[in-house]
Amino acid sequence: MKQPRRPLFLARAPYRRRRLRDAARLLPIVGAFLLLLPLLWAREARLSLTSADVIYFFLVWLGLIGLAAALAPGLRGGDGGDGADDEED
Amino acid sequence: MPFNLLVLSCVLYAAFLFAVAFVVERRAARGRLGWLRSPVVYTLSLSIYCTAWTFYGAVGYAARSGLEFLTIYFGPTLVFIGWWWLLRKLVRIGRRYHVTSLADLISSRYGKSNMLGVIVTVIAVVAATPYIALQLQSMVLSFGVFASAEPDGSRPLDPDQIAVWVAVGLAFFTILFGTRNLDAREQHHGIVTAIAVEAVVKLVALLAVGSFVVWGIAGGVGDVIARIDAADLSAWQVQPGRWTGLIFLSAAAVICLPRMFQVLVVENEDEGHLARASWAFPLYLMAMSLFIVPIAVVGLDRLPEGSNPDMFVLTLPLAEGQAGLAMLAFLGGFSSATSMVIVEAIALATMISNHVVIPLWLRLRPGAAAEDDLRSVVLNARRLAIAAVLAMGYAYYHVSGGSAALATIGLIAFLGVAQVLPALLGGIFWRGATRTGAVLGLLTGLTVWAYTSYLPSFGPGAVLPQAIFTEGLFGLDWLRPHALFGTQAMDPITHALFWSMALNVLAFCLGSLFTFPGPVERLQGAAFVNVFEGAVGPQRWARGQVDPEALLGMAQRILGEESALSLFQSAARAQGKDGFLPDPTPNFLDQLETRLSGSVGAATAHAMISQLVGRATVTVEDLMAVASESAQILEYSAQLEAREAELTRTAGALREANEKLTQLSLQKDAFLSQISHELRTPMTSIRAFSEILTEGDLAPELVIRYGKIIHDEAKRLTRLLDDLLDLSVLENGSVQLNLGLASLQGMIDTALIAARQTRPDREFLVVRDLPSEAMYLKTDADRLTQVFINLISNARKYCDATRPELRIVVRQRSGRVTVDFIDNGKGIPKESQTLIFEKFARLTDANRAGGAGLGLAICREIMTNLGGSVAYLPGQKGAAFRVTVPLRLERMAA
Repeated sequence: MKQPRRPLFLARAPYRRRRLRDAARLLPIVGAFLLLLPLLWAREARLSLTSADVIYFFLVWLGLIGLAAALAPGLRGGDGGDGADDEED
Repeated sequence: MPFNLLVLSCVLYAAFLFAVAFVVERRAARGRLGWLRSPVVYTLSLSIYCTAWTFYGAVGYAARSGLEFLTIYFGPTLVFIGWWWLLRKLVRIGRRYHVTSLADLISSRYGKSNMLGVIVTVIAVVAATPYIALQLQSMVLSFGVFASAEPDGSRPLDPDQIAVWVAVGLAFFTILFGTRNLDAREQHHGIVTAIAVEAVVKLVALLAVGSFVVWGIAGGVGDVIARIDAADLSAWQVQPGRWTGLIFLSAAAVICLPRMFQVLVVENEDEGHLARASWAFPLYLMAMSLFIVPIAVVGLDRLPEGSNPDMFVLTLPLAEGQAGLAMLAFLGGFSSATSMVIVEAIALATMISNHVVIPLWLRLRPGAAAEDDLRSVVLNARRLAIAAVLAMGYAYYHVSGGSAALATIGLIAFLGVAQVLPALLGGIFWRGATRTGAVLGLLTGLTVWAYTSYLPSFGPGAVLPQAIFTEGLFGLDWLRPHALFGTQAMDPITHALFWSMALNVLAFCLGSLFTFPGPVERLQGAAFVNVFEGAVGPQRWARGQVDPEALLGMAQRILGEESALSLFQSAARAQGKDGFLPDPTPNFLDQLETRLSGSVGAATAHAMISQLVGRATVTVEDLMAVASESAQILEYSAQLEAREAELTRTAGALREANEKLTQLSLQKDAFLSQISHELRTPMTSIRAFSEILTEGDLAPELVIRYGKIIHDEAKRLTRLLDDLLDLSVLENGSVQLNLGLASLQGMIDTALIAARQTRPDREFLVVRDLPSEAMYLKTDADRLTQVFINLISNARKYCDATRPELRIVVRQRSGRVTVDFIDNGKGIPKESQTLIFEKFARLTDANRAGGAGLGLAICREIMTNLGGSVAYLPGQKGAAFRVTVPLRLERMAA
């Protein structure tokens, strides 16, 4: 009912900031996908632990952490105001 | 290593932690925290997620179930790198509404319901008890490792005794630093710093042991990889359900564990820290688990068959003769266990005191809010609660005998606290979530969890009789604890997770859908869900008749004299008053309640102010009224706009009508002068010529000529009067119609011939389409012909083209016939088009041809009587009129 009027289109900087938030939202989904992916490598009678599995998981883990670290500063910067710019889609 | 040295180092380490906590508290008291409030400390404090279960248990877990131990870290990793979804909102809510615990958040969200607070507290305590027992057990085990290493094989201390001493020591530390004061925001800088230190110790210890194992025992990374591939490291059989389920479970736990909520939300100093922790905490977790697999593999390789894999972190260095490293590892495990127990005990004690003890106290002593020193009551309640929590943990350890593998107990505790998740997520993302729904969901989840997971964990026959496991409750086969509704395919923990969450969410949603929330509840729901969109909005308290002094007294008893006085003073100053007693305005009551809720929880604070002010006077109607104020304003302005638009429209219509009237009036004036002129001219000539005639003495041919003039003029008069009469008859609707079938073509023929009398000198080209005219109309042929004649005559009169042309187009559609008369003159100007059908209307005098301006008015009246219409057809490059007439006129003329 009380829809505050928001601009339909944004300038470059706020636009980037919003896409950065989108990326931050997507990151855990990507992460979940990659961490669940090995479930599909259903080799016959997968009984032993191979070093490849260990290396895969740690690489994915490291990659996610790196991406999160890359995103975090930008997100924190845009967190200042809690007005219309802050939320939501 | 001598056992006494071990004990001594423990005591020294504990003393060191005491010192750290003490120094930090001192600095905090002086407001000089500096770097101690940095994101690093925040991130490190989050590491209490890694308990002794991680420190010791992960290796055992890896030795038993391969990579499955990773799921316990993947869940939190996903939650933290996705902090923008959930954690950010959680922390914002926690900071804005001074949330003191998970139970406080839930109870506050659902209308400050204390019942919910109690339920969440019960879940948390029940789930935490085995977890605390687990920490005690791990410490006892680690002591035992060193004890068994004594040369004489004697056991210097009974495990039970160790557990008792550890529990007592932890209780002492926690009470000392956890209940020093009743802070407005339940924060404990000393403890947070101490656990940050412990986080470093345990990380360093684990990394040291890991490095030693990889580069000291095994021959580097390549060798470890070879060993992993070679190891018969049990069955890492990927079970998709279990893998996914455990990731979900650990993700839920990292939010819902009381101690995690405490450090994550309650102890949060700055929302910006969360951004840093979003990647730093997963990094910490990864570092913690980096060497787990190598330690497990090498341990299985090197240590004798049957050694407990849970203790590899200790036994490996010991077996290799690295006493110092073992000592470090021991302190790491000690740190993990103690930090977890301390924070957990504080979190639980806050819940117990705020949601169980204080409400009971207020219930039993109705006047307590104004009389007793609640500060000491709250603090003592917390101290007792801390002791009780540790005592319960010890009791659980004692009863269960420390038999089960660490990992299993940890997962069961995770599952217990995860039952809060639906109410929590629903509460902060769904405004429709209600208290009833939350209660139902929590109780359902608690029951299912207890039946399928918690009670069976004591072992068959311990709490649940053996028969229930094999035959089901009451002999009902589909109620077996590990195969509800016949679902046997899942392992017990996945099974319990599946059913408890499914039924929990179901009950929560159904309960929410079918109930109506109270006003406070709706207010809180809106405030929590829309926490990013600004202030809370409406006020919660009506202006009550309350003595500010009584409020001050109560506030002093909770906040302490100084801070209460300064709060009241600043509020009074804000109201423009001197002194310490502000008016109890709704705003001030709100402010006071928020402040109090930081100490005793939202539900209790609300209840206490209610005791003095009277009931929470907000009703649904108030709520709607206040909440819809802005909506009303919007609506009002929309109404105004609509009204204005309507007014503009009406004004436009009026202006048009006025213009028309003015023009008509001018026309009428012109006509009156015209008609008097028209009447006068023949009259004048009649009079003149009749006078001449009466004088006689005229030539006969002159008599004939003058008589003819008089006759013609009289005919003109008659025609004019006929027209006027005709028009008035038609307008009255009293005209008699002679209905009959007539050929349209015939009528047009007649009209063309008749109209030839008008300006017979002009030669007109008439364009017709004869086949289209071949139809018979049921109408009054004479009248319709009259209209045609009029229109054709007009064309002959007014068409100013050099080679005049008239097109007659006939069309028939849906029972109506249209006849268009289109000439190629210059047409009628737009401003006159609306006027030409008016009586006495006449265009410029320039091409006036003697009519009285009644022709078209008569046509229009005729057509109305014939059930049709005549209209000007614009845009035809000339003057064009369209006659519309029904094919069959059914109405008999009146």
